[in-house]
Amino acid sequence: MSTTLLKQPDIEPHDVKAVNAGAKQKAQPLYAAREKVHPKRVQGTFRRLKWIIMAITLGIYYITPWLRWDRGEFAPDQAVLIDFPSRRFYFFFIEIWPQEFIFIAGLLVMAGIGLFLVTSVAGRAWCGYTCPQTVWTDLFLVVERFFEGDRNARIRLDKAPWTFEKIRKRVFKHATWIVIAVLTGGAWIFYFADAPTLLKDFLTFKAPFVAYGTVGVLTATTYLFGGIMREQVCIYMCPWPRIQAAMLDEDSLVVTYNDWRGEPRTKGLKKAAAAGDAAGDCIDCNACVAVCPTGIDIRDGQQLECITCALCIDACNDIMDKIGRPRDLISYATLREYNHNMAIARGVDGEIHPERVRRDNKFVDAVMHFDWRIFFRLRTMVYFLVWGLIGLGILIALTARDRLEVNVQHDRNPVFVQLSDGSIRNGYTVKLLNMIPEPRTIFLSLDGLPGATMSINEIDQPDGVSFAIPVEPDKLRSLRVFVSVPRDRVSPGKRSFQFIAEDKQSFERDAYDAVFEAPTK
Amino acid sequence: MADDKKTGREIDEVSGVETTGHSWDGIKELDNPMPRWWLWTFYATIVWALAYTVFYPAWPLISSSTGGLLGWSSRATLQQDIDAAKEAQAVFLDKLATIEVSEIQSDAELTQFAIAGGSAAYKVNCVQCHGSGATGSPGYPNLNDDDWIWGGTVEDIYTTIAHGIRHAGDDDTRVSEMPAYGAVEILSKEEISDVAWYVRKISGQEFDAAGADRGQVVFEDNCAACHGDNGEGLRELGGPRLADAIWLYGGEHSDIVAQLNKPKHGVMPAWGERLGEATVKQLAVYIHSLGGGE
Repeated sequence: MSTTLLKQPDIEPHDVKAVNAGAKQKAQPLYAAREKVHPKRVQGTFRRLKWIIMAITLGIYYITPWLRWDRGEFAPDQAVLIDFPSRRFYFFFIEIWPQEFIFIAGLLVMAGIGLFLVTSVAGRAWCGYTCPQTVWTDLFLVVERFFEGDRNARIRLDKAPWTFEKIRKRVFKHATWIVIAVLTGGAWIFYFADAPTLLKDFLTFKAPFVAYGTVGVLTATTYLFGGIMREQVCIYMCPWPRIQAAMLDEDSLVVTYNDWRGEPRTKGLKKAAAAGDAAGDCIDCNACVAVCPTGIDIRDGQQLECITCALCIDACNDIMDKIGRPRDLISYATLREYNHNMAIARGVDGEIHPERVRRDNKFVDAVMHFDWRIFFRLRTMVYFLVWGLIGLGILIALTARDRLEVNVQHDRNPVFVQLSDGSIRNGYTVKLLNMIPEPRTIFLSLDGLPGATMSINEIDQPDGVSFAIPVEPDKLRSLRVFVSVPRDRVSPGKRSFQFIAEDKQSFERDAYDAVFEAPTK
Repeated sequence: MADDKKTGREIDEVSGVETTGHSWDGIKELDNPMPRWWLWTFYATIVWALAYTVFYPAWPLISSSTGGLLGWSSRATLQQDIDAAKEAQAVFLDKLATIEVSEIQSDAELTQFAIAGGSAAYKVNCVQCHGSGATGSPGYPNLNDDDWIWGGTVEDIYTTIAHGIRHAGDDDTRVSEMPAYGAVEILSKEEISDVAWYVRKISGQEFDAAGADRGQVVFEDNCAACHGDNGEGLRELGGPRLADAIWLYGGEHSDIVAQLNKPKHGVMPAWGERLGEATVKQLAVYIHSLGGGE
C-alpha cells in the first residue's frame, strides 16, 4: 500500500450507534422505548435525486386537481376528478363509467407489476424514493432542520432543559408541520369535487361534513406519521418490507456495504500502515449510520429496516473523496457482484484481505462492477412484457370502446303474457347509456323477431319496431319496453332476437342479444 | 446456538437475540421487544372498549341490558330513519291525496313515486290472490293483460281497488251476477252445451259447427244483454268479453258449461278505507303500468 493514499484529513468520527444494535445485548426488556433517530444532513447524487423526486411527486399531488379541462357544458371542467355522486371518473380526455372500472383495475395491476419490476431491478427503490411516507418524512425533516439545526444541535436540544428558546423552536416546528399536514389533507379532497368551488365552500364553512372529516383525518395521519412516528411506520406498521424483500434475487441492486474492500475497518490508517497491519477502506467514522433515516448500520448487511434510500452511499462517498479512496465503499450492488468480489478478497483462508482486491489504489481486474446489462434479464423482461401488454390492452380498449350502450333485462315474473287477441307479450327493462357529455337521440329497434311490435310506457308513440329516444348527456335512461308478437306469428318456446341501439349521427351502434318467450304449446 | 444461562432459552448467534423457541422449516423466530408505544396503544384500546360499554348498551341483564349513558338505541335510530323517510315522502303523498288519479301520470316524478309505492303495497296486499307477478290464476284475473271486465283506465282500476268487487260492506262496490242457467233450469242441458260451442266459436277456438249454430240463437236470447251481441262484453254491467283469448274460469267446453250451470263469482275486498286514498292511487298507477292499462 503506498503511503500517498494514507492522507487522513480531520474526519471526526460520529458518536453514533445503530438503533437496532441494542438487540445484541443479551438482557432485553419485553417492551422497548423508541430510540429517537436524528438523521444528519447529507449531500450527494442520491440526495439530489431524492430532492427532484420529492419536488415531482409533491408537485403532482398538490397541483393536479387545479388543472382544468374543457368538456363542454354538460360535464365538469376538472382534468382529474373522481365524481362519486354521479359515479364518473374523469382523467383528462378519458371518462370512466362504473362498469368500465376494469380500466382502473388494469392500472392497479400495472402499478403492482411495475413495483415487481422496479423491485427486481433496484430493490426497495419505491420505499426509498417515492413512498409517501418517505417523501413526507423527508419534508418534515427539512422543517425540523430549519428550526432546530442539524443532528448534533437537535440531540443537544432534546437534552436541554425547557427554556424559552427551546419552546419557541418546538412551537414553530410543530406549527409548520401542522400547516403542511393541513395542506396535504386539503389537497386530497379537491380530487373529489370542483376544486375552486370546494375551496371557497371549505373556507366559508359551507362544504359538506365529509370534506372537513377527511381533511381532519389526513391532517392527523400526516402529522403523526411524518412528524412523530417516521421510521416506525416503515418498520412496525408497513407490511410492504416483508413482501418486497421476497421479490429480490441475486441480480437485484441493493444498498450494499462492500466489506470485501472495507474490512478490517480501522480508525487510524497511518498507524495500521506503520505497523504493517491489513487495513480496509472503512475508517469506522459512522457517517453512514448518522445519516440513516431509519437509524441502522448498513455495514451489518441487508436488513428489514433498510428502505434503500442510499443516503449512506452519499455520506460514505463524501468521506472516501476526503481520504482519497475510490468511491462506492457503500454502493448499489447485486448479491452476485458482492459474492464474486468477496470470494476474491477471502481467498482460501477465509479472512478478508483487502489487498487482494486492490493494487495501488486500483481494483484488480477480476473485481466485478455494476453492469447495466443486469437490467435485461429474463425476469425483468417478463415483468416488462406483461406490464407493457396490459398497458397496450388498456390503450386499445380505451380507443375502441363504445360510448353508446344498450343493456336489457327480461321480466322474470311473468315471463310472458297472453293478450286478449291471442298475441304474446314479453316485458323488458331496457337501459340506454349515452356515455358522452352531449344530448343524443338514440334509435331503439328490434331485429330478428318477425311480426313483433314494441311499445314503451313513457314514450308517447304508436306501437312499432323502431323508437327515437332522447337521452340526456352523460346519462343512463331506463325504459319499460313491451314486445308483442301476434298469435299467428308466435313460435312456441324461446326465440332469440336483438335490441339495437343506434346513433344515426355518429354511426355508433350497440346490440343486445335478448330472448322472447312464448308458451311451449 | 448458545443457550442463555439465566432463562435457558436459545440465543441466536448472528443477532444475539433470544429466540421464542418456535421453529418453522429450521427458521427460528427472534424474540425482539415490542415497541412500547405499541403496548400503550393496546392498553388504550382496552380502556376504549370498557368506556364504550359504559356509554353504549352492552352488559346483559336477566331480561334486558344496560342502556348506556348516551341512551343510544338501534330501534330509536331506525324510528328516526323511518320518520325521516316519511317526511321526505310527505311532499309526494300530500300531492297524491289531492290530485285526481287520472292526472298523476302527467307528472313524471309523481308517477315514479306512485309506481314504487304501489309496487310495495301490491307485494303486501295483493299477491295472495293475484300472484307475485300479478299474473293471477283461474278465478283471479291476470293484471298484466289487456282484458278488463270493469275497464282498464287508471280511474277504472282505482274504483275497482277502492270499492272492491261484490264486497258486501261497500255501497259503491262493483256487482255483476250471472244467472245459474243450469241449476235453476232456465236452459236445458243441450242448450247449455250448444251455447258453449258458440262461445268457443266467437273466441276463435275449435267448436262443434252444428252445436254452435244452434247455440247462437240461445246466446242472442239469453246472453247478449250482458255480454254484447257479438260477445264483446259490457263494462257498465261487468259483463266479461267472451270473444277473446282470455278466460277467467277456463276456456274449455266443459269450463264454459260449468260456468253456465252454476256460475262462480269471485269477490275482491274494498281497499279504499283500509289502505287510504294515497296508497290506492299508487296501486292504481302501478297496476296500470304493468302493460295492460288503457
